Amino acid sequence: MARVRTGVRAMGAVLATVLAASLAGCSSTGGKRAEERAAQQAAEGRSAVNTPRWTFAMVTHSGDGDTFWDIVQKGAQQAARKDNINFLYSHNDEGQQQAELVQTAIDKKVDGLIVSLAKPDSMKTVVAKAVKAGIPVITVNSGSAESKAFGALTHIGQDESIAGEAVGDELNTRKRKKVLCVLHEQGNVGHEQRCAGAKKTFGGTMQNLYVDGTNMPDVQASIEAKLDSDRSIDAVVTLGAPFAAAAVKAKKTAGSKAEIDTFDLNASVATGLQDKTLGFAVDQQPYLQGYEAVDLLWLYRYNQNVLGGGLPVLTGPQVITRDDADALAEYTNRGTR
Amino acid sequence: MTATGQPAAHTDERLLRTSPLRKLLGRPELGSVVGAVAVFLFFAIVADSFLQASSLGTVLYAASTIGIMAAPVALLMIGGEFDLSAGVMVTSSALISSMFSYQMTANVWVGVFVSLLVTLGFGAFNGFMLTRTKLPSFIITLGTFLMLTGLNLGFTKLISGTVSTRTIGNMEGFESARKVFASYLTIGDVELKVTILWWAALVALATWILIRTRFGNWIFAVGGEADAARAVGVPVIRTRIGLYLGVAFAAWVSGQHLLFSYDVVQSGEGVGNELIYIIAAVIGGCLITGGYGSAIGSAVGAIIFGMTSKGIVYAEWNPDWFKFFLGAMLLLATLLNAWVRKRAEATK
Repeated sequence: MARVRTGVRAMGAVLATVLAASLAGCSSTGGKRAEERAAQQAAEGRSAVNTPRWTFAMVTHSGDGDTFWDIVQKGAQQAARKDNINFLYSHNDEGQQQAELVQTAIDKKVDGLIVSLAKPDSMKTVVAKAVKAGIPVITVNSGSAESKAFGALTHIGQDESIAGEAVGDELNTRKRKKVLCVLHEQGNVGHEQRCAGAKKTFGGTMQNLYVDGTNMPDVQASIEAKLDSDRSIDAVVTLGAPFAAAAVKAKKTAGSKAEIDTFDLNASVATGLQDKTLGFAVDQQPYLQGYEAVDLLWLYRYNQNVLGGGLPVLTGPQVITRDDADALAEYTNRGTR
Repeated sequence: MTATGQPAAHTDERLLRTSPLRKLLGRPELGSVVGAVAVFLFFAIVADSFLQASSLGTVLYAASTIGIMAAPVALLMIGGEFDLSAGVMVTSSALISSMFSYQMTANVWVGVFVSLLVTLGFGAFNGFMLTRTKLPSFIITLGTFLMLTGLNLGFTKLISGTVSTRTIGNMEGFESARKVFASYLTIGDVELKVTILWWAALVALATWILIRTRFGNWIFAVGGEADAARAVGVPVIRTRIGLYLGVAFAAWVSGQHLLFSYDVVQSGEGVGNELIYIIAAVIGGCLITGGYGSAIGSAVGAIIFGMTSKGIVYAEWNPDWFKFFLGAMLLLATLLNAWVRKRAEATK
């Protein structure tokens, strides 16, 4: 018993210390309060329509704790609030598991389904099942080639090959000679297409480097080793915003002169563009992908409208350089760009 | 002990007749059955779509994909060993099957059988390394796990040029193989996948081996006390290799199911599933230290896992908390398990 009592006492002491420390010093800038102020100033989230409360499910191939998909979700939730939608989100980065999650949404008899097709073959059967059950399906982010064949209403996203080509063009404008394309998700067809697209339009040589995206130190070490072993690399292209930061660190430790460019955007990329540690970013506007997916499903339910005329609705690529970064910084801090 | 003139109360305790209820209470899987009922009732209350027939079909399928692997993993753990390579071995098996058929332009069944041989080879490698090096199986299979992960990615990229395999859906033998490994039966709006049959068959086989065969006794003996088992003439090495071959066989079944349900295999998948198989076996009453457990328990563990992972979705909880709930559920189920076992042993 005595030992238990000391445990409780120690806990009490720790709690008291934490409380005291938090009361002792207040910051006049940033932090939770600034966030709350910003939230108050933002628009109130009230429904703007009087349609019934439909349930839409979104099932993506995201891993746990992914920045990009968090922004997609924010967009979707904003549209769901506006359109009076009960919005369900689930994700798994294994094809089979993702298919099972779609199956659970079908079991729940949802009124609309949003899926990402990074692994189209795993999703084929289950999406067909949803279509057969009369659930309108919209595909987002990846799978523009398969979307129509699977029976989806429309696809919202960026054509990865076109986005890659835009990167190749931009690299040419910046007179780069030897580029490293860093792929952080083994098995993602879209990522392969990005690097292939960039290779297509880029005048110099381009190499692919595979890293384990779930392990940041490993990402940094891999890029560092590559930059160390090949001094002639003058640009590194990462395929996700968090990996740009790792590439910048790797560049520093390797003492390389390479310019770091990236797909996607987040707060630190915006800052990086402002202070020139990054060259440019290619954004596909994830917020728009989530927002439009929910909104288009609502339009289909309400008015049988379908956007895109059988072609994908493109949300990118949007090449962002230092000139645009200032305007975007506020939104990236808010977590919606 | 002499048999002459002894009253019945002094006969050998192993020959005492125990009541059927006592027997039931002493089963390793009893705790997990109680846990499964608890989890089922919980989700039946909090998630209204959980009790639909179609949802139960989904849950059973999820359980079967884990259960097929959990049965031989449970046997292996009763034998006192681990296999951390079981998760990626499933992916390896699917990749080999698909790429061999495609590259050789062979009938799909040829690839399926080549894959069986190679996958059994992986299992044999694990077993041989373990018995030869005397290193703990945790280390050996951790090495195999990493090597297979690398081989999966490296070979797929080398042969197919991308990180996933080419489609073999239009090749000879695909349809018949799909019937065997990935077909389903629709009753009303319930889909029962063929994996549920495979799972039932594997659990029945594993149970029969454990309870009715000499090999089953060897498994318990090797897991309980390997040196003592060797001293009384149990072929320890053969038993261990046999157990790893069992895991490899199940990995082959799961791998073929993956391939024939989706036709294309992603090379990076399967990592982390090995822990899920171990968890299912442990919830089912296997001791981490070996020598105790059951195959039926592993099936109940798989059902608990399937119910939890899908039930959270049916309950519409925020997926950010998914892993937390999963972990909490597993701990609770295992604790309940241990508590029931203690009670059961106290009443003996």
